[in-house]
Formats: sequence, C-alpha cells, structure tokens
Amino acid sequence: MLWYSRRSRPGQTFFRVGVFPILLVASAICEPSVFAQSPATTSPQPTPTKTKETDFDKLMRVLTHKRCVNCHPSDGVPKQGEDSHPHYFKIRRGKKNVGFDATKCNTCHQVENNEYSGVPGAPEWSLAPNSMRWEGLTRIEIAKSILDPKRNGGRTHDQVLHHLTEHELVLWAWEPGVNADGKPREKPLVAKDEYIKAVKRWFKAGTPIPEK
Amino acid sequence: MKISFTINEKPIEVEIDDGNTPLLWVIRDVLDLKGTKFGCGKAACGACTILIDGDAVRCCSYAVKFADGKNVTTIEGLGTEANPHPVQQAWMEEVVPQCGYCQPGFMMATAALLEKVPAPSDQDIDDNIINICRCATYYRMRKAIHRAAELQQAKADAAK
Repeated sequence: MLWYSRRSRPGQTFFRVGVFPILLVASAICEPSVFAQSPATTSPQPTPTKTKETDFDKLMRVLTHKRCVNCHPSDGVPKQGEDSHPHYFKIRRGKKNVGFDATKCNTCHQVENNEYSGVPGAPEWSLAPNSMRWEGLTRIEIAKSILDPKRNGGRTHDQVLHHLTEHELVLWAWEPGVNADGKPREKPLVAKDEYIKAVKRWFKAGTPIPEK
Repeated sequence: MKISFTINEKPIEVEIDDGNTPLLWVIRDVLDLKGTKFGCGKAACGACTILIDGDAVRCCSYAVKFADGKNVTTIEGLGTEANPHPVQQAWMEEVVPQCGYCQPGFMMATAALLEKVPAPSDQDIDDNIINICRCATYYRMRKAIHRAAELQQAKADAAK
C-alpha cells in the first residue's frame, strides 16, 4: 500500500521530515529545567566476588537495577534511561501514580513497547505508589519494604511473590525494547529465569535478609 | 488485518499489513486528515496529539491496532466553522498561532484538559500542556486556555 512505505522507522524519522521537527526536539532538549536535576541514586550494585551469590543477592541485583528503580522513585519524579535522568517535561507522580489529570502515562505509554518511537510500554504502566519508593534505599531497606504490608500495598508474602515473578509490568524489565535512538535498553544483569527461581527459593527459605 | 473505529464520529474500517503502524500515518495518509501533525515521531513534542475515547494521546507512538473499537477525534472533528469548539474559538480570539504547525496538538491537549479540569489553574496548565511550540506562543496559549474555560462554562450554562 502507498501509505505503508511512508511510516516512520527508528533512525529514519528525521531524514524524512526535514529541519523543522529537529528544531522542535532541539527546543525540548535545550529546556534547562529538563536537565537541571540530578540523576536518581540507588544503592550500589554489589561488586561480584569469589563468594557464591545468594538468592537475596540475585533478587537485589534486579530490584536495584534502573529498569526497576526508575519507576520506584522517592521524589515522585519518574526516571528515564540508563542514566536515570528525571522524566522529560517535568512529568510527576500525580494523584493516582499515573501522571496528571489530562496528561497521563498512557498519553504516550501504551500496553506494549513501541518500536517506531522508542517509547516503552507494558500493561498497567505507572509509577509504584509512594509507599513503595526504593530510590536511595539500601538493599536491606528495599527487602524490608517489599515485605511490609504497610508499604507494599497490603500484600501477603504470596502476593509479593506473585508480583515479583508474574506481574507483566515487572517482567517487562527483560523485554524493555529500544530507546528513542533505536538502541536496545539494558536488561537486568540476572537472567529472567534465574531471577524467578532465586525469588521462589528466597521465599521458600523464609525471606532471609542479611544483616548487612 | 482489518481495524474498525470511529473517527470524528464517522465509523470506518481500514485494512493494513502491519498493526503496529503508527495511527498518525493512517490518519494522515489513509484517511487524508492532515490537521494532525508529525513533529518528532517520539511522543515528545505533542504535535500529533489527538483524543482517543476522550483522552489525549500522542498518535505517532500509538499502534493503529489499539484503535480498534475506539472513538478517535482529530482537530477536524473538534468543532465546525459554524460552531467552533470553545478551544478553537478562544484560539481565534487570542490570535494564538504564529507558524501554526504545532497548534492542532496544543488545541487537542487543551480540549482534553478542559474535559478533566473545567477551570484549570496556571499550575494545571503547566502540568498538563507540555507540548512544544517552536514559535514560543506559550503566553498567548495560556490566555487562550483560560478563555476557553470561560467559553466552555458559558456554553454549559446556556444549555441548562
């Protein structure tokens, strides 16, 4: 079909439409307030050592990864990208964790990744509630948080286990698609199957949390 | 695949090879509605903003397959020349556009805002109207958004 060949593809977009859209985007990325904030901080990833990695270590290597922490902010500002910069255009949590009244997460994010625009998407795309903020917490603090019904949305251990191993939005981390430049986003450093097995073993063992 | 939806209250069916094709290209190139603009292609600038079931959506980043069964409204369906939408009326009164390219997206985003927040504050406008205007018509747009809210309220009062 005639129109079929005219759709935009990552990497081709700007060449098709000329200078004006480039100026539009340039004016966006030059907006000082967009870049004036510091990137998100997370507890440092443990340095691999010769000691055997525990199930807790594997779980936390995933939960402290940017694919997870970017949407568990402590300041109400979603983060983006591999450098966890604040979401462009001053997007914030809003009253229901999905942005503002008319400009919401799904103004741009749909139920699956968009390979043309590089906009990520998954079912129930939203920020984690403020009580589930992880940004800046240590691994031990995150572990205590996810097991605390006052902070985890009233979930039982079984429900937390289900959320961590079966929820589509959580598992999106292993299928994060491409970014706006068409480059694949980084996945958590533990394979999905390995992570799921480790989480199940950790719960079966009684969710042991190390002292430090 | 066949996809059926209504656009500007008119039921249509399109047949396409790739359901992931951005809805923007179907609107512009298949349905020949050129009011919705292509800006960045990355859901960043907002020039392609339309309404889907009343919500603002950046259709350059919206797979056409998701439109199936939905109600789509573009700038062409917002109002008519004889009976403009309050947003369109306010835009004319405040002489908002300069080059005009981004304005349909702003107007659709504003229409969505007024549906959710009939009398938006400046903060509501700052939060929700995050499109980009290369001509920097933001000052006039802010006035027009407040004026559109007044017109919409007057229209609602008159209908009572």
